[in-house]
Amino acid sequence: MLAKRIIPCLDVKDGRVVKGVNFVNLRDAGDPVEIAAAYEQEGADELTFLDITASHEKREIMLDVVRHTAEKVFMPLTVGGGVRTLEDIRNLLKAGADKVAINTAAVHDPEFVRRAAERFGSQCIVVAIDAKQVPEDRPEVQPGLSWQEQYPQLFLNPGDSLPAWEVFTHGGRNPQGIHAVRWAIQMGAFGAGEILLTSMDRDGTKTGYDLKLNRAISEAVHIPVIASGGAGTLDHLYEGIVEGKADALLAASIFHFKELTIPETKRYLKSRGIPMRL
Amino acid sequence: MIAVVDYGMGNLRSVQKALERVGAEAVVTSDPARILNARSVVLPGVGAFRDCMANLEKLNLLEVVRKSIEKGKPFLGICLGLQVLFDQSEEFGRVPGLGILPGEVRRFPDNLRPNGNGFPLKIPHMGWNTVSLRKPNSLFEGVPDQSYFYFVHSYYVLPRNPDMIATTTDYGIEFVSGIQHENIFAFQFHPEKSQKLGLALLERFARLQ
Repeated sequence: MLAKRIIPCLDVKDGRVVKGVNFVNLRDAGDPVEIAAAYEQEGADELTFLDITASHEKREIMLDVVRHTAEKVFMPLTVGGGVRTLEDIRNLLKAGADKVAINTAAVHDPEFVRRAAERFGSQCIVVAIDAKQVPEDRPEVQPGLSWQEQYPQLFLNPGDSLPAWEVFTHGGRNPQGIHAVRWAIQMGAFGAGEILLTSMDRDGTKTGYDLKLNRAISEAVHIPVIASGGAGTLDHLYEGIVEGKADALLAASIFHFKELTIPETKRYLKSRGIPMRL
Repeated sequence: MIAVVDYGMGNLRSVQKALERVGAEAVVTSDPARILNARSVVLPGVGAFRDCMANLEKLNLLEVVRKSIEKGKPFLGICLGLQVLFDQSEEFGRVPGLGILPGEVRRFPDNLRPNGNGFPLKIPHMGWNTVSLRKPNSLFEGVPDQSYFYFVHSYYVLPRNPDMIATTTDYGIEFVSGIQHENIFAFQFHPEKSQKLGLALLERFARLQ
């Protein structure tokens, strides 16, 4: 039976992990390669690197990190952050990434996802969606996207039933007026192989995943959905799968700071009837 | 030396590094002479069946792969490298494969459900799934039945000869996840992404003469 996946996520800036990681016996707590190896040892199912390096010129550093990780760690590796061109994707895959997460570049040009999937295969194209729940008194926003007339149905309308969620970019700062569920469906249709769904309302709060958001998207698309943002307890992880219908769970700080370890997380979920690889 | 056939697709570096990790000498190459002189051959790959066949043809590697197998070299196909061994795939209509093994490649149906009920299963089949041993083979020696391996694919093989089936896996339907026939070993899952058990499998492949 297919196991649900547990995926630690590392934020990497200029080749170093930010928001320190609390592993014992690490020679260098900021080295993404060492941390990746430690997570493999613990039995993580996949690993995600999010490159938050501000400057596009420093991308070579991340490629080096990916290269070294791929030499040491034999598990699926997803890399996201600042992926803008087919060349960026090619370089990451060549360095040893298995999947590449696309976020802002997809919002600016949805057809980019189609081109990427046609060129490299759906299996390596992850579309990352940052979504926030739409407030009932949401003011009318004029989206400033060049393709809005081509795909008007993807945008929020005053008549949309609630709850609804809006796609944001730039770490939740920029609202884009896009209806998150319809966006996810479109990304699947363009060939995305997976959705990495982050609730910007819950991210960093440790109050649990946004289960309604996750369920709405997971039931609307035919591709796997990774839930992200808000996990703080074992119960949150369980709910993410059972109520949020997530195929995989991504978490950062609860694993990095050893509030939970991967083995205890998996044992707990398995004891509650979730298929887990132990 | 093990030749990892490079036809411009997929994460070949991972396959090479995994083989090196288990002590094998592995080169990534599209040079027909090097492949034909190698002791063993690995055909990896992810992506589209049609592109894989087109690239192999463009690089004059169709015959090279065929000859390597005919010569009896230990041969390992991974994912797409399993699928292209068969007669044809229903991807984009009908695309002919290498035709080394009789059978075809099909897409998972859209309405697959776990045990026939519940919410439809996602496609691609992505993640760690268990493998049921159907036939003893040297690569699986010591691997416990129902061990987890990493999969990512939307198509599966349907061999005409059931004697070739080495392993099967359940994803709404029971599909063939491993083939063993004479010197051919081919798996739908990715040993190079399957941590310890995957590396152990590659290590045993690397030792085959």
